[in-house]
Amino acid sequence: MIQAWLRNRERINEAIDQTFVDLWEIFHKFFFDSGRACIFTWESVKTIFHRPFRIDEIFKHMEFVGNRSVLIIVLTSLFTGLALSYQIYLGFKLVNATNLVGPTVGLGIFRELGPVLTGLLVAARAGGAMAARLGTMRVSEQIDALEVMGVDPKQYLVGPRILATILVVPLLCAIFDFTAMMGAHFLCINVLGLDPAIFWDKIALWLNPGDIYQGMIKAAVFGLIFSAVCTNKGYYASGGAKGVGEATNQGVVNSMVLIIIVNSFMTNFIRFYYVMMGWQK
Amino acid sequence: MSDEVAVRIRDLKKSFDGKDYVLNGMNLDIPRGKVTSIIGFSGTGKSVLLKHILGILKPTSGTIEVLGRDLQKMSMPELIELRTKLGVSFQYSALFDDMTVMENVCFPLREHRFSLGQKQWEEIAARKLGQVGMESKHFHKLPSELSGGMRKRVALARALALDPEILLYDEPTTGLDPILTEVVDDLIHNTHKNHAGSTSVVVSHDLFAAFRLSDYIVMLDKGGVLLAGTQDEFHKSKNELVMKFLSKGLKQG
Repeated sequence: MIQAWLRNRERINEAIDQTFVDLWEIFHKFFFDSGRACIFTWESVKTIFHRPFRIDEIFKHMEFVGNRSVLIIVLTSLFTGLALSYQIYLGFKLVNATNLVGPTVGLGIFRELGPVLTGLLVAARAGGAMAARLGTMRVSEQIDALEVMGVDPKQYLVGPRILATILVVPLLCAIFDFTAMMGAHFLCINVLGLDPAIFWDKIALWLNPGDIYQGMIKAAVFGLIFSAVCTNKGYYASGGAKGVGEATNQGVVNSMVLIIIVNSFMTNFIRFYYVMMGWQK
Repeated sequence: MSDEVAVRIRDLKKSFDGKDYVLNGMNLDIPRGKVTSIIGFSGTGKSVLLKHILGILKPTSGTIEVLGRDLQKMSMPELIELRTKLGVSFQYSALFDDMTVMENVCFPLREHRFSLGQKQWEEIAARKLGQVGMESKHFHKLPSELSGGMRKRVALARALALDPEILLYDEPTTGLDPILTEVVDDLIHNTHKNHAGSTSVVVSHDLFAAFRLSDYIVMLDKGGVLLAGTQDEFHKSKNELVMKFLSKGLKQG
């Protein structure tokens, strides 16, 4: 009886020990991965300023990330503007405040939805492509080939992608903002019959350029986040096609979650900064 | 003495997890100007050794000297300069799949012979592609449009672009049919003959090709060198593993 109890206790102790070991491994992996991603990003960004400057590569990636994302950005933003302005119209109609639909839609789009949705969309499209491309290059030894040819793969492959993304995502965000406002304008004026003069006058009264800049700064940071996360995942991919698939999946998912979390902190931080500078009340 | 040795490895150890050693105290001299084959069963550390010679992997302990220079003591720019003297033909060719054949071969020239300009890069690339038997009608194709044998040729032309002092081949004939295997072996042989003074290192488990091609053969086992010597020395060896490898390998060949 006592022996059985002792054996049982031993097993429980072993199970507790194993749980601690597992937890420690999870923490260790998390910190190892995060640390490696930070070092990777820092080293890659540093190489942008090293010779030879990869101007061609930067323009090539700007075209890929920017130009080829315009269509999905325009489509998404147009319908976001339509849906958002309709819901806000319905809400404000209840309290007879439909003249505030314009500025409310504007604030939502410029400060939050513009940069966040642009970040998420481009992360899914271009970020996924970056992770898959670098992952394939890694498993087919193309990155090793670059290295033995005396070319720094981070400088050739990663730096230009990160820089191009940081430069281009704010521009896409601007396109998003513009088209979404056009969607809102179309719905409110042409469909719901609001007065265009009031619609735009209130927007001019309530919004200032700081709201647009805020969205652009956020978009640039989101560009940095997803390009760094996705290139990092692709760069260290291993294990053939399965490894590339996992790297792409993790790259896109991690960057999307990070974008949403960072957005929340940035909103508060930027608000705090604007209030401190006296630009907002 | 050092002039006769292209790669000198002393007490090289490598462990990825801190417990198991893939390379365990390896000592090896690869002679200059000759064809050396590094053979061994799968998982004996051949590819890991190759990556150490190229400076892609850093050893846990020990020294590696390539062309008389200690890799661990070199700065990054020095390592890059040294790598221009090494040409590598990878197992799966490792051609850049978004570049044409011509662009692939021009790539190392574009990076390291910048002053020559586009016209000369293309002239050199066309010459190198000609040397490995590529016809000009394939120059503007993408790697995905080429057969396995053609890709090997292009990879070799790219490795030759900077006139390297040491040419390394990682499993050059793995996965190829017997006829193509012979073609690639001939290619290695002819390339070595045409580049006087160059050193060739072939990492392979194809014993038949190793015996056909090489002046010097190194057999690895358990992360160390089991036997290094000429063909005669291998045939005279009484080592059980060597005899087993010889009997199986030559039968297959």
